[in-house]
Amino acid sequence: MTTDIKLTIRGGIDKNGLPDKITEINIIPGDIVGIVGPTGSGKSTLIDDIEQLAQGDTPTERIVLINDEKPDINLRVDPRQKLIAQLSQNMHFLADMTVREFLAMHARSRGKGPELVEKVIELANSLTGEPIYEDEHLTVLSGGQSRSLMTADIAVISDSPIVLIDEIENAGIKKQDALRLLTGEGKIVVVVTHDPVLALMASRRIVMKNGGMCDIIYTSEAEKDICNKVIEVDDWFMSLRETIRQGNSVEEVA
Amino acid sequence: MKLAVTAGTPGSGKTSILLHTIKALKRRGNNPAVVKVDCLWTDDDTRFGRLGVPVKVGLSKDMCPDHFTIYNTDDMIEWAKGEGADVLINETAGLCLRCAPYPDNCLAICVIDVTTGPNTPLKVGPLLTTADIVVTTKGDIVSQAEREVFRERVLEVNPDCMIIEANGLTGKGAIELAELIEMSEETSEDMMLRHTPPLAICTLCTGEMHVSRKYHMGVLRHLDGFTEYRGE
Ligand SMILES: Nc1nc2c(ncn2[C@@H]2O[C@H](COP(=O)(O)OP(=O)(O)OP(=O)(O)O)[C@@H](O)[C@H]2O)c(=O)[nH]1
Ligand SMILES: Nc1ncnc2c1ncn2[C@@H]1O[C@H](COP(=O)(O)OP(=O)(O)OP(=O)(O)O)[C@@H](O)[C@H]1O
Ligand SMILES: [Mg+2]
Ligand SMILES: [Mg+2]
Ligand SMILES: [Zn+2]
Repeated sequence: MTTDIKLTIRGGIDKNGLPDKITEINIIPGDIVGIVGPTGSGKSTLIDDIEQLAQGDTPTERIVLINDEKPDINLRVDPRQKLIAQLSQNMHFLADMTVREFLAMHARSRGKGPELVEKVIELANSLTGEPIYEDEHLTVLSGGQSRSLMTADIAVISDSPIVLIDEIENAGIKKQDALRLLTGEGKIVVVVTHDPVLALMASRRIVMKNGGMCDIIYTSEAEKDICNKVIEVDDWFMSLRETIRQGNSVEEVA
Repeated sequence: MKLAVTAGTPGSGKTSILLHTIKALKRRGNNPAVVKVDCLWTDDDTRFGRLGVPVKVGLSKDMCPDHFTIYNTDDMIEWAKGEGADVLINETAGLCLRCAPYPDNCLAICVIDVTTGPNTPLKVGPLLTTADIVVTTKGDIVSQAEREVFRERVLEVNPDCMIIEANGLTGKGAIELAELIEMSEETSEDMMLRHTPPLAICTLCTGEMHVSRKYHMGVLRHLDGFTEYRGE
């Protein structure tokens, strides 16, 4: 989906009511922007502002514009017209429905057909350990399985030009595969992360502190070189982890 | 006088979202007053009272809380007029899912908690199906997909309603709700209920204590759905 679309975040206030140091950020398709900062610094809150297309009506008083304009009310609420897909920090489903029922209904809410259900489950199973079955209830899925399903659901059913991702690295799923699935081509991507690989894969990162946007760091050429090294280390680390998960010894891998 | 009747299951977030809405209404130059109806006990009046708006509590005790609300609607409006209000917000107890306390000339608002799962909209009945506005709360606790599925279910049972995705903690949605209240029609005299109440004169209501079937009269429904009338 390559639409000409521009996302603008206008600064609001931090937890003490002081203005965001960063007063405006513009993001265009193909951009990956990171959000970093300590626990509780307001990363998820910023991403929620974007999801709701905040108009000064959230505690942060930020304003989010699409193509320099205040978005139409239907863009904010109607899933059939929504421009934004969000993978939030939630690790579990609360809905007491089977996987199939839920996905079919979600597809319908986004104006899509039930044929996508199988595709979502197949993709989810490529990210997770124990397979997810379509007759299982959502509530019995583990944290990692739930995250995989949410990820695949967004990639297939909520396929939108703006993608918001909150800490994908925490669920024990294959994070780079998941990120690739979610971001696709030519999308606006905003990723909250504590992970060096993901943070350095972004072209710039917003630094959060005390609820405010306090800095933007552009990923330098030197940082990109470091990123490649970190990926190597990370791949090695992941293979160790996978070996241990499979119940094998790491002597050969290390 | 505008009348906004706000119903919804206990703990769904009615007071939380109304507190933010009342602040927004006041900022926009309205004079809201609030009546909270509950069955036995409530501390919502102290929560509303902090906003410096006129507040009144009605406890329905032995009466059906919805019937109590409806029976006292004219009185509430008179009271609000006396307090100099131009908007009366009525938070109901919202316990009886067969009745719905909405008159025709009011703004009917149903507050519903998305964490109760997407089957809930099928269970709440006229409280939801006859509402003008459906306010969903606690969406911060579930994924975007769950919020969207919940919304789809609400639209299945009430296709014409306006849905506001709100958050009682942050006040998200409150400005929208305040705007809709402000734009709503004035109430009138001789209002009619939107939904026909259930046809039950219940012998338990009149003090029957026996469990055994032979003591019960009125419209009686068996587990298998068979319905009969016993009595005069
Ligand atoms: N996480 C979350 N909690 C909420 C939200 N809205 C309300 N709550 C919490 O839910 C609880 C009940 O909220 P109330 O506003 O008292 O609910 P109510 O419907 O007025 O309750 P009754 O008047 O007793 O029927 C409180 O602890 C609120 O803080 C929300 O959007 N998100
Ligand atoms: N600008 C702000 N104004 C007021 N409150 C804020 C602001 N930003 C964040 N908060 C509040 O701070 C708390 C923590 O924020 P948030 O959950 O966004 O942190 P986080 O960076 O995502 O943390 P974690 O790394 O643990 O996920 C929340 O209760 C949020 O409402
Ligand atoms: Mg967070
Ligand atoms: Mg209440
Ligand atoms: Zn009743």
